[in-house]
Amino acid sequence: MNRIEEDKLHAYADGMLDEAQRLDVEAWLAGHPDDAERVRDWSAQNQAFHAAFDPVLNEPLPLELVRATRRRHPAAGRLWRAAAGIAVLGVTGLAGYGVGLHTAQPEIIAQMPRDAALAHVVFTPEQRHPVEVDAAHADHLVKWLSKRLGAQLEAPDFAAQGFELLGGRLLSGGDGPVAQFMYQSADQRRVTLYVRRQARDNGDTRFRHATENGVEVFYWIDQDMGYALSGSIGHAEMQRLADAAYRQIGR
Amino acid sequence: MSLRPDLIEHLPRLRRYARALTRDASQADDLVQDTLERALLKLDLWRPGSDLRAWLFTLMHNLFVNRVRTGRLQETELDEARDIPVSGGQMEALALRDIHTALGRLPAEQREVILLVGLEQFGYAEAARILGVPVGTVMSRLSRGRERLRQLLTSEETNAAIVKLKVVK
Repeated sequence: MNRIEEDKLHAYADGMLDEAQRLDVEAWLAGHPDDAERVRDWSAQNQAFHAAFDPVLNEPLPLELVRATRRRHPAAGRLWRAAAGIAVLGVTGLAGYGVGLHTAQPEIIAQMPRDAALAHVVFTPEQRHPVEVDAAHADHLVKWLSKRLGAQLEAPDFAAQGFELLGGRLLSGGDGPVAQFMYQSADQRRVTLYVRRQARDNGDTRFRHATENGVEVFYWIDQDMGYALSGSIGHAEMQRLADAAYRQIGR
Repeated sequence: MSLRPDLIEHLPRLRRYARALTRDASQADDLVQDTLERALLKLDLWRPGSDLRAWLFTLMHNLFVNRVRTGRLQETELDEARDIPVSGGQMEALALRDIHTALGRLPAEQREVILLVGLEQFGYAEAARILGVPVGTVMSRLSRGRERLRQLLTSEETNAAIVKLKVVK
């Protein structure tokens, strides 16, 4: 068989080949142990980078950086100078905007959809490591997250809606740990369910809806736990998934 | 004002990349801060519809290269290596430390390529655009960087074993 060029070996290690090319490379590697060892080491390097640096994704966002995403340049125009008063209010309000930022906001429930939507957009684009524990270890995943949150969790089943559990991860929230379950459809669309402890807002367990930067979030409180389902898959389908989650969790 | 894209959703991954590049939390966040400031200044130049994340990484690359060139970026040595997220036993901590140290010994241009591809999951063509070099250059840096890292990690394993023996004694 033809020699597989070096670039293709890298693309194999990086998971960038289609099925046919992948099989070609595997056939080559089967007969060339030196190349096979190099490719294994490269994949191991990628895994090691994730192990070493993925925890950064879960760190609370430094407030200065959150502010820096909103700072207006003086040259940004007269409109902005006129709106300066509003901008200051905006920055204060943003103090709690982040995966792990904490603020003494009285209406903490109002913050949940923002945190959930942010966690959604941070993790759903990840191709190799969208989840910390995959669905093959679903029992372990649910037990682990339940233990960390100190509550019996369950991952809703969206098979009837065409979404499979991909896995989950533990995030740090300002008020404690947060569990994120990720689901994927056959055509690779993803939704996430964000779960954390949440004091009841006057016993209000209503189903609510918010849109945060194009991400739709359905959220509610049940038994001192807050749930938020996030996705950008169209309102009707989100509604169906959220109904299913609400029914399964509340039963 | 809502026409301006939201940069906050890119913060966690910009921080991850900066941390891996510099292996120092405060230098990394400085780099992110400068990137955001640059981004807000130049946001009018960003074409809506193109990849905002890749554009932000391009800005960060330019700032990083500049810091390396002017010597403003202090490369941490093994004994000073800080801010290593430790989430397991001693062996795991040692392995993470090895990765930090080995990355620090790679030339900055190779480190950038193997992290953009291996950690940030950019395609080779995207990495080439971010770095402003031909794809062929990306591939050769990737190849050299990965081989160098293999050698470094193999010798690091030996070093770690020696350190461990000393600790035990």
